Amino acid sequence: MLRIDRATYDAIVAHAKRDHPDEACGVVAGPEGSDRPERFVPMVNAAGSPTFYEFDTVDLLKLYKEMDARDEEPVVVYHSHTATEAYPSRTDIGLAMEPNAHYVLVSTREHGNSDGPVEFRSYRIVEGSVTEEDVSVED
Amino acid sequence: MAVEVRIPTILRTYTGGQKAVPGQGGTLSEVIEDLESNHPGIKERLVEGEDLRRFVNVYVNDEDVRFTGGLGTSVNDGDQVVVLPAVAGGCAPAVVAAWSTTDGI
Repeated sequence: MLRIDRATYDAIVAHAKRDHPDEACGVVAGPEGSDRPERFVPMVNAAGSPTFYEFDTVDLLKLYKEMDARDEEPVVVYHSHTATEAYPSRTDIGLAMEPNAHYVLVSTREHGNSDGPVEFRSYRIVEGSVTEEDVSVED
Repeated sequence: MAVEVRIPTILRTYTGGQKAVPGQGGTLSEVIEDLESNHPGIKERLVEGEDLRRFVNVYVNDEDVRFTGGLGTSVNDGDQVVVLPAVAGGCAPAVVAAWSTTDGI
């Protein structure tokens, strides 16, 4: 199960809405081994695309060095789908390289940049196999 | 040339869980060959044909090697080599799988 606090959940949703119709992406870092997503880090989608996302390679190195220095890991890796459901695509599965992360998918297909509910779902993706998990938003 | 190579979580199965391992070589290509001799199987995860895999990033002293000569990038004593898989994906259907397969979805 993914346990995430309300403020971080809201920040992910707001980022996804803001970047719609392009895909938004980022991580929530947390202490290594803690499984606690604590530090929200929105990233630029270097692909700037409605169908693909990729962290800029310079930003990526900076992020990982920063996490390393703080003994953190990416507890959540999130991105949005803007025209399809919040379920990992074959591309998402093929490129999922963080076996310990919760992969969060947000779909903005219903309301785009506007207010309104979004699909917010979480998965484990390990060696090509996808397992959906419950999301508990904690106030 | 002796360098330190930082290994991402997903490849630590090849390094006995170690986050960083020593490497030897005058170019990135030689360092990867040296890694392969100590950690068999790791090269396949980094290199495809004559090039780095599309979704693998390698940095020598914080420089993305794609801008410094790729596998031919020279390395010097004490350099740090960092390997990081891309964080990428999206609903697009036509992207090749990243590391272990090359089936070009």
